[in-house]
Amino acid sequence: MSGSEIINDMSLQFATVNGTGSQSANNIITKAIFRMGIPVGPKNIFPSNIQGLPTWYTIRANKNGYRARKKELDWVVCMNADTLIEDIKSVEKGGVVVYNTDILPKGFTPTRTDVTYYPVPFTSLSRDKVPQVKLRKLLVNVLYVGVLAQLLEIDREVVESVIKDTFGSKPKAIEANIDAFNVGWQYAEENLKKSDPYKLTKMSGQNEDLFLTDGNSLAALGSLMGGCTVLAWYPITPSSSLCESLIGYWEKFRRDENGVANFAHVQAEDELASMGMVLGAGWSGARAMTATSGPGISLMSEFVGLAYFAEIPSVLMNVQRMGPSTGLPTRTNQGDLLSTVSLSHGDTRHVTLIPGTPDECFDFARISFDLAEELQTLIMVLLDLDIGMNIWNCKTLNYPTDSFKRGKVLDKEGLEKMKDWGRYKDVDGDGVPYRTLPGTDHPRAAYFTRGTGHTEYATYSEKSEDWTHNLDRLHKKWNTARGMVPKPITIGKGNKVGLIAYGTSDLCMAEALDQLSAEGVKPDYMRIRAVPFTAEVKQFIEDHERVYVIDQNRDGQMFNLLNLHLKEGRLIDKLKSIRHYDGTPLDARTVCNEVTGKEKAL
Amino acid sequence: MSDTKTPQTEEKTNHIGLTKEAYGGLPSTLCAGCGHDSITRHIISAFYEMGIKPHNVIKLSGIGCSSKTPAYFMSKAHGFNSVHGRMPSVTTGAILANRTLEAIGVSGDGDTASIGMGQFVHMIRRNVDCTYIVENNGVYGLTKGQFSATADPGSVLKKGETNDYPDIDLCSMAILLGCNYVGRSFSGDMNQMVPMIQGGIAHRGTAMLDVISPCVTFNNHEGSTKSFLNVKKNDIAIHEIGFHPYFETPEVDLKHGEERQVELPDGSVISLKKVSQDHDPTNATEALNMINESKAKGQILTGLLYANPKANVSFRERLKMVDKPLAYQTEDECRISKEDFEKLQRRLR
Repeated sequence: MSGSEIINDMSLQFATVNGTGSQSANNIITKAIFRMGIPVGPKNIFPSNIQGLPTWYTIRANKNGYRARKKELDWVVCMNADTLIEDIKSVEKGGVVVYNTDILPKGFTPTRTDVTYYPVPFTSLSRDKVPQVKLRKLLVNVLYVGVLAQLLEIDREVVESVIKDTFGSKPKAIEANIDAFNVGWQYAEENLKKSDPYKLTKMSGQNEDLFLTDGNSLAALGSLMGGCTVLAWYPITPSSSLCESLIGYWEKFRRDENGVANFAHVQAEDELASMGMVLGAGWSGARAMTATSGPGISLMSEFVGLAYFAEIPSVLMNVQRMGPSTGLPTRTNQGDLLSTVSLSHGDTRHVTLIPGTPDECFDFARISFDLAEELQTLIMVLLDLDIGMNIWNCKTLNYPTDSFKRGKVLDKEGLEKMKDWGRYKDVDGDGVPYRTLPGTDHPRAAYFTRGTGHTEYATYSEKSEDWTHNLDRLHKKWNTARGMVPKPITIGKGNKVGLIAYGTSDLCMAEALDQLSAEGVKPDYMRIRAVPFTAEVKQFIEDHERVYVIDQNRDGQMFNLLNLHLKEGRLIDKLKSIRHYDGTPLDARTVCNEVTGKEKAL
Repeated sequence: MSDTKTPQTEEKTNHIGLTKEAYGGLPSTLCAGCGHDSITRHIISAFYEMGIKPHNVIKLSGIGCSSKTPAYFMSKAHGFNSVHGRMPSVTTGAILANRTLEAIGVSGDGDTASIGMGQFVHMIRRNVDCTYIVENNGVYGLTKGQFSATADPGSVLKKGETNDYPDIDLCSMAILLGCNYVGRSFSGDMNQMVPMIQGGIAHRGTAMLDVISPCVTFNNHEGSTKSFLNVKKNDIAIHEIGFHPYFETPEVDLKHGEERQVELPDGSVISLKKVSQDHDPTNATEALNMINESKAKGQILTGLLYANPKANVSFRERLKMVDKPLAYQTEDECRISKEDFEKLQRRLR
């Protein structure tokens, strides 16, 4: 190739059939790129199916640290006959197509002249060169890792190290994978002539402090370190792996040599029951949680209202997927923001933490248990499928050494000191009352919990003044929460245009800001990390002429929530809504085009 | 308003030194003569006689008339009036958080046999440690008299409507699901109910008691199969039931020829003296047959229908939870070591 090499800047897509074992091969290549020091961002676009439907795995490798999905594809690897023609069409001009010549549709000839083709007979290669008959179907994917590694000059030793670590204790698997990798590499070396400009080379300065994992396992680790002892859950994509990770950590680290556990997990009969168990456990003093998604959130609605009104510490992690209804269970979305914040009937508001980075999945999960007990309420942690199930780059986590904040719990001695205790009495003026735990050996410890109207002393009441007094105190508590939740993060100052995003939209924002600057729009950027909104949010809007609110849902739910909570017309008038809701993670180009388009239309 | 307070007995105390008054609750707000209030009194007696510390008890319920009653007994116990039909899950969670608590759940037939059927079934499947009492009147009282799923076919509503659906028999169901302590009783039968509740407390796992408890306002008329009159007429007790708690020396005359005994995990013993038929309480098939046969005759068979305490491990035992309640686990007990924490991350590089 001549001098126009493109080094460490490409997006690559593998088109495969689900259930054929491509995930392991895709992970190997992702990790190899990561270990070469190149910033890497993988996204798995997969069907709600176990075997036989198309699935795509996209890897962004970019020296500048842009790790979000890029709309434009530079390379595609076509391993699925059903989507091959469309997959080839999806490559950018100047891009590369690696395809399996053994699966071509009848009469197919590659006709695009603006891309480079690398034809490889993957199926026959695997048949002829992989001795383990049973593994051929799986290892055909490792063949493409070999081909790609050779073509892109990925370090061979790095790939081998990744394979070794991946299959750690299984020497036969290591050998079979390395052999298959070499078959692919050798085929490329002997049969393909490098005629494209893309290349991946080792670099430094980006990945040193990072590790690769998904947000669900980080939220699970955060729950573990946050002192969660009870998990009740019902399997639902994309939240199942969060619960399964937590169970995995517990079983590994917290069951003693006699099999005795200081945790309890229950796979409930449905989401109603899982939420009910969490409330029972929270009421009884344990740090308890559940995780769910879309339909599960709807089913939990009634109990969630009880958690708010009876003031029971509890944690609900919602890993959002596409709705309404069953929707698209394996696609990402931020469509539950409004329903999460105000879930259940009547006047309900739930403190909601919205992690936007993997380390925040850990931290917010961890602190949610403190907040739940300090505020005596349900804390929502709002993730989405993108951060929950995709592999992200997480910065090294610090070992938490702080004490659990158990909030206002009165034990026997505490009750002795507080002569006039009432379960729902606002003693400190912060709206947060004192509670006792069942089993407390004191004649005044017991109280009666109910979702119906109650007095400060937890007795039944239908009196108007008791009702309003209680609801107003709950609102006071909401304002207390405002001072305790994570504050937003702001980049830039003094520009006329502001951008507000939240959650996983953050991943593409650095790139979007660079693109916008290049196009002459210099915005400041604020990422909201929790509801209730802190004072900084209002100030940010105050400080800008126009503020674009970026949502990954059709209805602009954050835009609407800001409208609802800001109340002041002059602030609301500054807000403009940008929405993305096709099920794919947000990309920088979409943000940039939307903002510049709207700016031009002013 | 009817009064559930028991008359003051002159300073009589139980084996932990508490008077019966220590087990009392607020005055009932149910209709005068409600069967539920009798059950409340039996619950008070049973806990008093067992000498359970009230502060170690949690009392939970769903929604409905029956579910109001935990407010009327043991004010010194934490209570939780949860959501309609979902008390089993709340109880499950509460027991997980603190395994030392003694749980009593009060439910109704609407709560258990309709909206909460799923949770009822799964509570039994898990064998959650709880004495679960269904105050069964065949009717939705709080919403003014609609049929429930335990209403017998042919039973007539106050408004004249006839039920033509089959009833759900909660005892048969519980036995089929593997519940190993199942009884049926009548709210008016103190002698039968009190020992049956005591046995439920001593039992590990779910003890399910289906108690016919007439609704004086909406289901106590002619044509109702759950009226006081009809229940009294057709109540066939299988046996006379006696409870001999672990803290009392067993009487020598326990082993009469016609008595059967059930040993409970805490050392207490239930004795069953034949009244209508000799029934082996550990025989589930026999119990199911008896229920069906008596129903065909329009009878209500009461007594400890199935009790086989060794047949299943309780939820608490199955989970192998540490003795110290999960509610009180500390940072050191919960968190993994710094070394493990760092190793986890290193492996992902």
